[in-house]
Amino acid sequence: MLTVVILFLFFAIVLYFLLGGADFGAGVIELFTSDHNKHRTRKTMYQAIGPIWEANHMWLIIAVVILFVGFPVIYSQMCIYLHIPLLVMLMGIIARGTAFTFRNYDAVKDEKTQGLYNNIFVYSSIVTPLFLGIIAGSAISGQIDFGATTFVDAYIFSWFNWFSVAVGFFTVALCGFLAAIYLIGEADNDTDVRRFIKKAKALNIAAFVCGGLVFIAAEVQNIHLAHWIFGNAISLTAVIAASISLILLWITISKGKKMIARIFAAFQVTMILLSVGYRRFPNFIVLKGGQNMSLLTDHAAAKTIDDLGIALLIGSLIILPALFYLYYSFREKNS
Amino acid sequence: MPVFMAISHYKYLRTKNPVYKNITQAWSKGVAIFFATGAVSGTMLSFELGLLWPEFMKHAGPIFGMPFSLEGVAFFVEAIALGFFLYGWNRFNKWFHWCTGVVVGVSGIASGILVTSANAWMNSPSGFDYINGQYLNIDPIKAMFNDAWFPEALHMTIAAFSATGFAVAGIHALMIYKKRNIEFHTRAFKIAIAFAAVAAILQPLSGDISAKSAGKRQPAKLAAMEALFHTQTYAPLVIGGIPDTATKKVNYGLEIPSLLSFLEYDNFKQPVKGLDEIPVKDQPPVAVTHYAFQIMVGTGMAMMVIGVLYFIALWKKRKWLFKGWFLKLFIIATPFGFIALEAGWTVTEVGRQPWIIQGIMRTSDAVTPMPGIQYSFYLFSFVYFTLSVAVIFLLSRQIKMVPELYDK
Repeated sequence: MLTVVILFLFFAIVLYFLLGGADFGAGVIELFTSDHNKHRTRKTMYQAIGPIWEANHMWLIIAVVILFVGFPVIYSQMCIYLHIPLLVMLMGIIARGTAFTFRNYDAVKDEKTQGLYNNIFVYSSIVTPLFLGIIAGSAISGQIDFGATTFVDAYIFSWFNWFSVAVGFFTVALCGFLAAIYLIGEADNDTDVRRFIKKAKALNIAAFVCGGLVFIAAEVQNIHLAHWIFGNAISLTAVIAASISLILLWITISKGKKMIARIFAAFQVTMILLSVGYRRFPNFIVLKGGQNMSLLTDHAAAKTIDDLGIALLIGSLIILPALFYLYYSFREKNS
Repeated sequence: MPVFMAISHYKYLRTKNPVYKNITQAWSKGVAIFFATGAVSGTMLSFELGLLWPEFMKHAGPIFGMPFSLEGVAFFVEAIALGFFLYGWNRFNKWFHWCTGVVVGVSGIASGILVTSANAWMNSPSGFDYINGQYLNIDPIKAMFNDAWFPEALHMTIAAFSATGFAVAGIHALMIYKKRNIEFHTRAFKIAIAFAAVAAILQPLSGDISAKSAGKRQPAKLAAMEALFHTQTYAPLVIGGIPDTATKKVNYGLEIPSLLSFLEYDNFKQPVKGLDEIPVKDQPPVAVTHYAFQIMVGTGMAMMVIGVLYFIALWKKRKWLFKGWFLKLFIIATPFGFIALEAGWTVTEVGRQPWIIQGIMRTSDAVTPMPGIQYSFYLFSFVYFTLSVAVIFLLSRQIKMVPELYDK
């Protein structure tokens, strides 16, 4: 059952990254859209993510619940040492979710409050994935120090380091890229399609550059990222698969094959997560001094894991078909 | 709220009266605003547990995590159903569309019950053996169905209907009173008040079950609620008053002899445990618990009386329904349900202190070791306050726009 629980955790994280990430990316794109086109971008975005965005963000809740029920020690240590970035991320999630809903459901559409919602939405759409990435980076950066004696060492440098911040920016770029690919398929006219294609390409390059920065930062920080990823068959295959899909992606985008482009983009991001995740497995958090917090040893009692696994299996039998039908029906009806 | 929405939607589908469609759509906007706010603050909550109380979550997570996992599922289902409902007008079979609205309501109630069951576990920890500071033989299912879950979940579910019902009915009553869109508001009022009145009349009964259950498990909480300093036979029920912990007396309170003994044990003589039997270090703050309890019961009783008056008006005195004084009652009662609800949570949480897990772990041992945690607390409080203000602001704008949006 432990395997089932870990698989669910991995899927929840990947799906949050893909679906929630595309949502965040929509805000990133809005920021980099000229004022002239902003209104149309918003309209497309609203049609695209309006019915599904609440559900997309549920994956984070699922992941967190799995963590605190199944891996309570890992969860509580993360909450202690990454308190500050978690707090910032939460502020971002709250600001973003409410601003997105409020700007649509505010009955009075005056410019002042709409402008306020827009600003909150856009900036929190960047802050949230930035800190999400910082948290993910910190988990593997080896900078979390249980033996730290000063406040700064324990609660600031645990996440405020070159590597974590680089992963943060990489995440923002990836989210923007995912959103652009997604929006290409949702735009209802050629000008917009071309606009989103341009954005997708620019953000892909940005993601590539940020990815390079992550490797450089890892070297600066003495994290053997390159060795981790290229040093074993599965991670290497994942990276190669991601690179091939990148090339195919550019071709499909240029040819305007929307669905295939989406699949390649999702595949690419999944491969990136897999290459790091597989190599680090079963370690969820790497600590200073080379110790690890492992999914295989730092888990809850067997009975809890069994019950959690059953709850997740039953839950997914209800959720997955419903969710699939939601995506399917709104795609059908929109087109 | 989604339940009211589904009722109104049903009436629209049955009668084809467009007013009901307007009410459904107006309420669904409220639901969307509440859900978005609830979803993000729920996300915050699931992290907050660890950010503020990591030591508690380290041990409690695996034990009381079952209701949280299921709540995650219920919440997810609610989000999916809400997506269908809000964006599904004229897109789906109308009864399928209606069903998605019902699912929003049912899964909302389910997640409320599940979360309350997790809280009940803190009051009535079970499903594990606590041996030498270790939590052994964990059984999450047993923990979920702890002794307190049913009374608490029942009390909370009824409270949710009563609070939402009175708030919604109050707002529509105000609009009727101001003579705006009378048909729209009257029909909306009737749906909301039906739930509110029934819930308010049932609530004292579930309160009685809750108080008996709490008295059995947590005598310190009951003693603090009642400001009962001394164990006594023929224990009195104290109404109001200012408890003085120094002299161990309640000043200016109204005492009804023997009533507390009777309410707890159905027997006027049976002694009720007072605070003197509980070590000082295990006593909850008496004043806060007592005041909160008085506020909850006071507003609860007021709502019950209003509920009864409504049914009298409905069956015997129809002309009351159109009288200004009658509408004013509901306008005044708009916030009562939410005041009672918050006061009730204060009773159960403050009344459990100094424990975070009753009798097992102290709140002071559960808090994060990170220094400066008060700033996180201020920040969380600020966020909740801002969200409340924003939601009230948005709802008031919705209400203000009713004539423009629905007068066609």
